Amino acid sequence: MTTIETSPDALGAERTDTTSDVASGSFLAGLAAWATSSDHKRIGRLFIGASLLGLVATAAVGVVLGIERVDGGQLVFDAAAVRLLFQAHVVGLVFGSMLPLGLGLAVAVVPLQLGARSLAFPRLTLAGFYAWLLGLVGVIVALANDGGVGGADSDMVVLFLLGHALMALGLLAVAGALATSVLTTRAPGMTMRRVPFFTWSALVTAIGLLLALPVLVGAIILLVVDLQYSQATFGGSGGVGDWIGWTFAAPTVFLFAIPALGVFAELVPVTFRRAQPGRGFVYAGLALVGVASFAAVTQQAIFNVPWEGSGLNLDGFGTKLADLVPYAIFHLLPLLGILLVLALGAFCALGGKPRITGAFLFSFFGLGMVLVGVAGAALYPIQDLGLQGTVFAEAVVVYVSYGSVLGILGGLLFWAPKLWGGRVAEMAAIPLALVGVLATVLASFPYYIAGFADQPAGSAVFSYSGPESLWNVLVLVGHGLMLITVVGTVALLLASARGGDDREPVGDDPWEAHTIEWSAPSPAPGNNFAEVPSILSAEPMLDLREGITPETDGSSS
Amino acid sequence: MTLALPAAPAPAPRRQVFVGTALACVAGTMLLGGMLAIYVLFRERAVSAGERFPGDAVIPEVASNVMLMTIASLCVFAQWAVYAAKRQDRLNVGLALGVVALFGLAFINAQAFVYVQMGLPVMEGTFATFFYAITGLVVALAVVGLVFTAVAAFRFLGGRAGDHEVVVANALYWYFVAVAFAAVWFVIYVTK
Repeated sequence: MTTIETSPDALGAERTDTTSDVASGSFLAGLAAWATSSDHKRIGRLFIGASLLGLVATAAVGVVLGIERVDGGQLVFDAAAVRLLFQAHVVGLVFGSMLPLGLGLAVAVVPLQLGARSLAFPRLTLAGFYAWLLGLVGVIVALANDGGVGGADSDMVVLFLLGHALMALGLLAVAGALATSVLTTRAPGMTMRRVPFFTWSALVTAIGLLLALPVLVGAIILLVVDLQYSQATFGGSGGVGDWIGWTFAAPTVFLFAIPALGVFAELVPVTFRRAQPGRGFVYAGLALVGVASFAAVTQQAIFNVPWEGSGLNLDGFGTKLADLVPYAIFHLLPLLGILLVLALGAFCALGGKPRITGAFLFSFFGLGMVLVGVAGAALYPIQDLGLQGTVFAEAVVVYVSYGSVLGILGGLLFWAPKLWGGRVAEMAAIPLALVGVLATVLASFPYYIAGFADQPAGSAVFSYSGPESLWNVLVLVGHGLMLITVVGTVALLLASARGGDDREPVGDDPWEAHTIEWSAPSPAPGNNFAEVPSILSAEPMLDLREGITPETDGSSS
Repeated sequence: MTLALPAAPAPAPRRQVFVGTALACVAGTMLLGGMLAIYVLFRERAVSAGERFPGDAVIPEVASNVMLMTIASLCVFAQWAVYAAKRQDRLNVGLALGVVALFGLAFINAQAFVYVQMGLPVMEGTFATFFYAITGLVVALAVVGLVFTAVAAFRFLGGRAGDHEVVVANALYWYFVAVAFAAVWFVIYVTK
């Protein structure tokens, strides 16, 4: 008798039957098992698969918008359709791909890194996935029926808002499950100072989401009540963007990029085959990005450049410094956090024996792109630069989003052996990483320049001095290249997952990695570990390989 | 080559429900705090313009004060359930959770009374929007608390007497609802 407790392995074995009825039944049973699974690896893969689809669609919308903006005049769509495309693009970037991709990888990997047999509240997490998916579909339907910000159909605007609330609630459920897992299901001996970097980054992100997303939900409740009844408070559908727009812009998106930074921090010691020196500073760097970004979210301040006179004019230095300090706290500290992670990575690389992989390149480029985006965001609020209302803000979001996606793709390549027992071909992954970074730069950097030239945000109609067509064509090419990168990476991942019986065994620890998920079989079984492992240091697998015990080493508390 | 880490002794007891509830309370605080912050912003604008923010609406203070006392008393009974659960006293747990549920229902009933007494149409304007959205959220939080209390009671009285964590988590949740309502009471019902 088949029950819902049938193990995934057993379901896989059933697929070897040859009759079509049995195959069909097995397929449906497999589908049901996937759709209702409480295995965190499957839930994570559902998230990853859906958000990769969302990413492909988002990059395609980016290409369409690029075509529309090539010459600064109306080409294909009318102004209302262009407005909806802009909204679809930014929603797709943030809620359709970047954030769920990072959370999906965390759901799949974090319990393995913790030495836990399951995620806390797995059914809640699965419900969170469906809530997110349903909300995303609702937003797409609303946008397709003129229901976005400033939309004419008020019912569709309400659907647009409720879709966002549903997505936020779903992601909050996942964030809660992740944070609870890290706080309660660590293997014996795994103190918070021994937690892997990616898991730490997932914790920081989860807490950031638990603090930020409820505010979005609260604003949506108020907006929906107002839209449904009086429309007297928030300016109707046109005012919606003023109250929820902060979710899709810097510095909020920095919070969503933290898992990508965690992937980089995780891969550096593995790539350079040595223990990470100064682990505490890496933890601090990741936490600093989270704390400072959240602090900046609460401020959203615009700053005047207070340093009047020549650069060497130090008159009134104290006043000038006092003006600069709040700006620095809210806009430079996230940058400092990322630089700290990068610097510690460089410190680890010194004297290491590098083994550069596609996964590392993806994560390295991803961090670099996020860094450039955060640096740009530090310029954006300075009023005297005149960047408000220009495409500069779009460039920041694209830099951070695409950079985050690259980092997470690196994580997927890295943990593929644990998730489905396959390993991606390095010779194909490395060129894709290079295309990915080129795509991100092209899709973003020209708009840094165009922002200074006053190309307006959210509009396909513009005219300014300078090679405006060049910048927009480059952005179009960038989005197209990102589409190729994502499709190519997905193809590689699928090829590694569907290797067949003649696939070469990948081994339990193909990277000679440091953390305990690599002590589990590849792919990890349903309950992850036959026996709960005991943790005596921050790099237990490295210590085991090198014959180091904490007593002899003395440095791994 | 497969490297094996030493197996560990049985993990320490987990407090997942309690930690998860605490995180949910943090999220709930941000949710309500954000809404109250927007309310205060609009009230400041109205006051600066020389207007009275509730407009012509009359807020029944007696009923709202009774609500505050009800939710505060409820916390005492929730803590009584915790005290009894730690001593495996099923009778007192059942009694205490029953009173908690009763007080929760009384709280919701009082809110409904406030709505009826005010007679404020929801499409009246800005204050009505905020009033119904924020107090409606508090009612929703209380309904969630009632469901949580029912689940805790069924789990504990259904034979899982060793599992008192869910009763503790239930008490924590009601503390959160009480603090949330105290903030709403002060910002909306008292400060005008």
